[in-house]
Order: sequence, then C-alpha cells, then structure tokens
Amino acid sequence: MPGLAKTIKGLWSLIVGLGVTGVEFFRPQLTVHYPRKEVDNLATYRGHIDLVARDDDPLTPRCIVCRKCVAACPSGCIAIESRLVGAEPGGDARELSLAPGLIVTGSHAAPPPRQKIRREVAAFHLNYNLCSLCGLCVQTCPVQSLAFSREAYLCGSSRADFEFELLERLRRRAPAGGQRAA
Amino acid sequence: MTMTEIISHPLTKLVLGLVLILVFVGVNGLILVWMERKVVGFIQRRPGPYEVGPHGILQSLVDGVKLIAKQLVTPRGADRFLFWLAPMLSVTPVVICFLPIPFSPGLTAMDVNLGLLLILAFSGINVLALCAAGWGSNNKYALIGAARAVSQSVAYEIPLLLSVLCIAFQTGSLSLSAVAEGQSRGLLSWNLWVQPLAFVIFFISATAETNRAPFDLPEAESELTAGFHTEYSGMGFGLFFLAEYTYMIVVCSVATALFLGAHDGPFLPGPWWFVLKVYALILALMWFRWTFPRVRFDQLLNLCWKWLIPLGLANLLATALVLKLGE
Ligand code: SF4
Ligand code: SF4
Repeated sequence: MPGLAKTIKGLWSLIVGLGVTGVEFFRPQLTVHYPRKEVDNLATYRGHIDLVARDDDPLTPRCIVCRKCVAACPSGCIAIESRLVGAEPGGDARELSLAPGLIVTGSHAAPPPRQKIRREVAAFHLNYNLCSLCGLCVQTCPVQSLAFSREAYLCGSSRADFEFELLERLRRRAPAGGQRAA
Repeated sequence: MTMTEIISHPLTKLVLGLVLILVFVGVNGLILVWMERKVVGFIQRRPGPYEVGPHGILQSLVDGVKLIAKQLVTPRGADRFLFWLAPMLSVTPVVICFLPIPFSPGLTAMDVNLGLLLILAFSGINVLALCAAGWGSNNKYALIGAARAVSQSVAYEIPLLLSVLCIAFQTGSLSLSAVAEGQSRGLLSWNLWVQPLAFVIFFISATAETNRAPFDLPEAESELTAGFHTEYSGMGFGLFFLAEYTYMIVVCSVATALFLGAHDGPFLPGPWWFVLKVYALILALMWFRWTFPRVRFDQLLNLCWKWLIPLGLANLLATALVLKLGE
C-alpha cells in the first residue's frame, strides 16, 4: 500500500498549497502605487554612478585622474578630460636608471628628472545609455571617488538625456554638501 | 396572433433567451478576465489591474477594444478557411450550452428533457475548433497544442460522463431542470451529499475539459508559446479567450445544477443563488490555477485513466446497485 499512502500524501499537499495561496490572498499588498506614493528604502538603490566630493571641498571630486575606471568599464561609458595643475620634484622614490654604465645621468638620452604630476578633472563624461551598472568602476577607484547615485525616478525621452557630465552634477549638488564615499 | 400569444410563443422565448445569453456571455467574459487578474494579483500580493476605472474594473473593456482594433494576420501557408473558422466554431456552440441551464424554475431559456446531453454534445465542438485552429495555423506549436487538446479532451470526457450519469441514474432524468427540482428542498437535499465522489470527479474533469491550469497543456506557454492559438492576433485570439471563460461558466453552471442545489437557497431569489454558486466555483477554479503548477502530459493521462475512470466506474456501479436494491 505504499502507493496509496503516497497518493494521500500528494492530495494533502494540494490542500496545503491551496492554504498557502489562500492565506496570501488576504494578506496586505506590497505594491507601491508609484505616482501617488513613493518607496522610501532607496539606501541600497543602484542608480547611475556619480562623483564623490573631497571631504574638505564639496566642489572638487576626490578623483586623481588615474583613469582606472575608464580602463575597467567593460562598456566604455566613461571619458575623462583633465588638466595639469602642477608638477613638482618628487614622485617615485625608486631610481629610474637605464643601464647607468652606458647613459650618464643628465645627458641627452637620460630620463627627465623625477616629477610628481598633479591633474584634476576638467570634465567627467558618463554615457549612461551603455552602462550595465556592473559596478566595476566603483570597485576599481583607488580613492573611492565613484558611488552609485539614488536616482530611482530618472526618465528621459532621448539618448542625450542619459549622457551626463558628472563634474557639473557634483558642482550643482555642492551647496547641500558633498556625497560621502560609500 | 395577438401580442400575448407572440410573447408567450416558445420561439419568442428562445430568441429572447439567446439575446440575453449573448449579453450575459459578453459581460461575463469581461468580468471574469478582470476577476482572474485580480485574484492572481491578490495571491501574489499586488493589486492587479488598478488604473482604468475604479479598481481597474474597465481594464478588460479597454483590452477588448484593443483586441478589436488590432490587425488580423493570417500566417503564410495557413489554411485560410479553417484558420478563421476555428475561433467562431469555438464561441458559437457555447451559446447553445446556456439554453437548458436552470437559473431558476422560470428562468430557463429552453427546457429540453435532454438538456444534459445537449450541453455535453455542444461543448464537445470546442475540441474540433481547437483542432482546426492547430491544423489551420501551419505552425508546429499550434499543431502540438491541438493534438494535446484532442487527447486530453477525449480522455476526460469519460470520467465527466460517468459522474454525470450517477446523477442521471439517481434522478432518472437528463433534464437539468428536473435535477434542479429534485434538490430544491434545502441544503440537505443537494446531490453533493449523496454523490461527493462524483462531484470531485466532475470538477476535476471539468477543469481539464476547459483546459484550465493545472491542465492547460494545449496552450502551455512555457513549452508551446501559446499552443493552439499561437498564430492568432486581435479578435481571433479574443474569441478563443472569450470561449475559454464562457466554458468556465458553463461547466460551473452544470456543476451547480447537478450537485450544489441549483437555485436553492434561503432569503435571496433563486437566480441570485445560482449565480452566486457559479461564481464561487469559478473562484475555486481561479484559485487552483494560481496555486498548482502545470502537470506533465503523462501525469495528466495517468490521473485520468488510472484514477478518475476506475473511481468513476466504481461510483456508478455502486449508485446503480443502491438504486436497484432500494426499489
Ligand atoms: S557601472 Fe560598469 S558599465 Fe557602468 S560605468 Fe561603471 S564600469 Fe561602466
Ligand atoms: S578610478 Fe577613481 S580616481 Fe581614477 S580616474 Fe576613475 S574616478 Fe578618478
């Protein structure tokens, strides 16, 4: 009679199933009717990326223009324009030497003197049309200069609406205080 | 002929009944589609249609308008005649199925003494429609869907008939009105208490006959795109849809008339009770659909041939025996 027992168990499972859906039927709904109500748990929402401002200056991004994010992005969304703001002696302490027996330091073939070059962002273009929100750029940035925005209600009617200049966005946001790195 | 003679003439009653049935079918189709979407919404804890009209009540009307406005496409290589005949063949007989249904003693469009047989015969035409749709579409999914529809329908017609026969034996009549009449003496006179097994078999078979989930193999969207109606657009699809929902009402009405005391009930007038019971059964069908996963085809046929038919036969034999001994 194991067959019969199995059948009865199966029939019982049908009733249990009906019970589950029957209970769900009467429980409160979870849908948020969007235009009339909005969700309030956006803390973990991944919108398009945004620049994070320096702690001491809400107008300047933390970015050091290393371009690691540009290289990391699989979709080629990011393009950075930068300008040189200064070069001072210093930089890498390790001696850069090219066969010292052959090339004398200071001769025309020698490498230039060591310098520490500082660049800053002139424009930070994001083409959000291509972005897959993979987060590689956010992970890669060595100074946590990138973070996901919480633009849950973003909408637009053309491709151009999704091409952002992030530096401009940062500046516009500035009076309210820079966004901290996540 | 005087006016009263014309009004009381059976033909007038029939035509009037047909018109009313057409209205009933149309309005019910709209309401049931809305109801189904609400039920699935609630079970999944979302509101279902909500934006068109209060609580989305007008959604199916708007959807209907959309379907009507859509272009009718005939696929290349299709059999034009069969392809367009099928949806009409699917809807038309359903209207006739309503004729003998006893909404109340006075509210029966046509009281034929073979009412049950009439319903069973005409609802069988639906299979032909599905078959024509599948064959005429020149599409492999549609054809497989049609083949499934036929074997499923042939299989489940048997237990359905066996359970109906139990009631027919008991009341000694194939007229639905007579069956309803026999149960009009309160809750305890309902056939459900005498024939619970027949009711269960009838309801399961009816679910399968109407191709409702978990027995919706002819249109199994995850395997066959949309099964027999894959190639239909616009109102072609709309008619199949309407037919499916109308057959739901037919089988639930028959179940109500046969087992649940038809128009019997306190306080309210008979027709209200009838409609109330029909809608309760339909609600159960919807509940099933959004609870149970679709069965596999061998499971479907096993259930029928190994369980429902033997059980139905045994039930029928027992009924006959009891009736004979009781004489
Ligand atoms: S989230 Fe991914 S795809 Fe989007 S900009 Fe960053 S690296 Fe590129
Ligand atoms: S990885 Fe960070 S620091 Fe480097 S360029 Fe991109 S945003 Fe700037």
